[in-house]
Amino acid sequence: MIYDPAPLAIFIFLGFVFGTVGLSFYLGRKAKSSEGYFAAHGQIPWAVNGVAFAGDYLSAASFLGICGMIAAYGYDGFLYSIGFLAGWIVALFVIAEPMKRLGKFTFADALDAKFNSRGIKGAAGISTLVVSVFYLIPQMVGAGSLIQPLLGLDHWVGVVMVGVVVILIVVFAGMVSTTWVQFLKGSLLVIFSAVLVAMLLQQGLTTDTSSFETIEVTEQELAENRIPGREVIPATDGWQGANGEKQEFIRLVPLNGNAGYDVFHIDDSPVPHKKVLRQAQAVTGSGTTKLIDGAPNGRGEGQRELKPVGHLSKLPDGETSTGPLGPISFFTTIGDSEVILWSSKTIIHDQGPKTTVYYQKPTDGKRVLRPGEHPKFAGIRGESFGDKLNFLSLMLALFCGTASLPHILIRYYTVKDGSAARKSTIVGIATIGFFYVLTLYLGLGAMTSGALDLTDTNMAAPLLANSIRPWLFAVISAIAFTTVLGTVSGLILASSGAVAHDLLIGVMGMKLSGEAQVKVAKSAAIVVGGIAIILGILFKELNVGYLVGWAFSVAASANLPALIMLLFWKKTTKEGIIASVLVGMVSSLGWILLSADTYKSVYGLDPNDAIAPFSQPGIITIPLAFITLIVVSLYYQNQNKDSTSQASAS
Amino acid sequence: MNTSDSPSPQRRFNARLGLFLFLVYLLLYAGFVLINAFAADQMETVVLQGLNLAIVYGFGLIAVALVLALVYGMLCRPEPVEDASNSTTATTQGDAQ
Repeated sequence: MIYDPAPLAIFIFLGFVFGTVGLSFYLGRKAKSSEGYFAAHGQIPWAVNGVAFAGDYLSAASFLGICGMIAAYGYDGFLYSIGFLAGWIVALFVIAEPMKRLGKFTFADALDAKFNSRGIKGAAGISTLVVSVFYLIPQMVGAGSLIQPLLGLDHWVGVVMVGVVVILIVVFAGMVSTTWVQFLKGSLLVIFSAVLVAMLLQQGLTTDTSSFETIEVTEQELAENRIPGREVIPATDGWQGANGEKQEFIRLVPLNGNAGYDVFHIDDSPVPHKKVLRQAQAVTGSGTTKLIDGAPNGRGEGQRELKPVGHLSKLPDGETSTGPLGPISFFTTIGDSEVILWSSKTIIHDQGPKTTVYYQKPTDGKRVLRPGEHPKFAGIRGESFGDKLNFLSLMLALFCGTASLPHILIRYYTVKDGSAARKSTIVGIATIGFFYVLTLYLGLGAMTSGALDLTDTNMAAPLLANSIRPWLFAVISAIAFTTVLGTVSGLILASSGAVAHDLLIGVMGMKLSGEAQVKVAKSAAIVVGGIAIILGILFKELNVGYLVGWAFSVAASANLPALIMLLFWKKTTKEGIIASVLVGMVSSLGWILLSADTYKSVYGLDPNDAIAPFSQPGIITIPLAFITLIVVSLYYQNQNKDSTSQASAS
Repeated sequence: MNTSDSPSPQRRFNARLGLFLFLVYLLLYAGFVLINAFAADQMETVVLQGLNLAIVYGFGLIAVALVLALVYGMLCRPEPVEDASNSTTATTQGDAQ
């Protein structure tokens, strides 16, 4: 899609960004000591910290990724919302208070509280780094997606911008300012999302039958390539359907002398011996040589552009517009309507780049209100046990992942005591839960808004805002962008803390003053920020919600088993913890890198060659890390006992 | 340091309460996930006001999370302020719970 950057949008957007960065500098100017830099002196009020949890947690993934997934396939994206929220229950009931009691600055502190072992500090520090970097990727990808329509810049420019601004924030500010900025963003995001949902319900649902052409033909006319009033382009060069497959698309010479072709998907008709041709959209190649429906991408003479999509083709009782809807009737109305979803198919030509054809798929509204429509979730309706395991694995990772994300864990050190940690988690759950309820409305609203970009699912929520009020688009995008900034700075802070506090001081035994620690942490922040920029550009194509699922898997496998066992099993040894963190991290990471999804989207290889049997590692690697801890702990316990008894005997 | 070896009765109460509520939620969540995985069609059943099970159960999980969090917040007993004073408070108060 081609976006028009509106001056008002740019103005509001830049105002927000400069406001946030300015506020960070202002608040961070005093944070020179390590206590202030890493943990805001433990002086943040619990209510503020609670909303800041929401600011940290409701990242690009929640807002952009989940809404985008719901907009494209319906209910499935909401499964992420449910899993993300459920994870907070683990955080509140099991982890929050012990974390606060045990640690000082970082996750490694807590793990190591009992043993004071370099090995634990090293393993936990590295796992913090790995999880943070993994979690950074989707944030950067999301930032790039946002910048494109707002400022009309390329994706990579957005990624670089976020990287640079965040590095500045982290270097000049610290935990005090990060927290306040997160508080501000957390509240704004929730408030404006609620406003958006209210406006959406007020506006109601309408049908659209004119944006895309529909032609009815008889089977015979189609077989003879005879479409009344139109000229058919012969189906060659891949369009005739690959080896033995039937022809799915038909291209017609456009009316009014337009360039390129009009492409239609051939659908069955309820009427016998008839077919329905529904207009599709074709994208060939990429970059500056990209063709849309066979004509150069653009708005000028002889050019064509990708049209925004997402509409209802039928409302209940043949209505064309519902008027204002309530929070329940919104769902029941969609359930009784027909929604146009979009699928895609790749056409391979004899020469030159491939063509992706996006075509309409009229779908019963009931299907978008139930799980299993997204290709990645479709397995739950199938017979394959592996697909079902994949789903269970994802839901397990989401459940266990929240309580092991380093940038969430460090937020427990910014409040005074265990009780404040508890209260701020409750505030966090309330804020986040409310927001996640909104995601289903936002996603389904975007699905029917007629504003979606077929090539970028991450933009659904902002584009929904755009379809309602352009200024709302600017505000929502600016909040989403600053949310990315905040989450990224939290993550970079967590990783720089891990480098300075855990690895350099804890493992290598460097003696650093508080101030020197902060300096080292800041240098580390620059390096981690640089890595995040590069990865953000490489992973551009993936839905950010999906990427976050991976980060959760790694966090849950590497960190959670060690944390839980340390709290609840007295026989845990330091060797057990080290082994568990390393095994959890390496196995989950390895699994992801060898999975079908990575083969397809990252390496561009055939997903059938992938070694991992399904994509989500959690269901194997989380128990694996637990077992490792138990086995290694028992082994070393016996050995320690042996050596002590031998020593006492001799 | 290892404070968990000598927890105050308040802390022990809070930890047990936390684990109990956690188990309650775990069962609800597991129920949701298992229905999705092994009986996905059930999610289409209309259960309340024309809404299907997927939406009602999903929203329900979010609402229950908040309710349990509030219950936990209200029932938790305030802990002694300083870790160092734990042992003395624990002995003076005995098994208050």
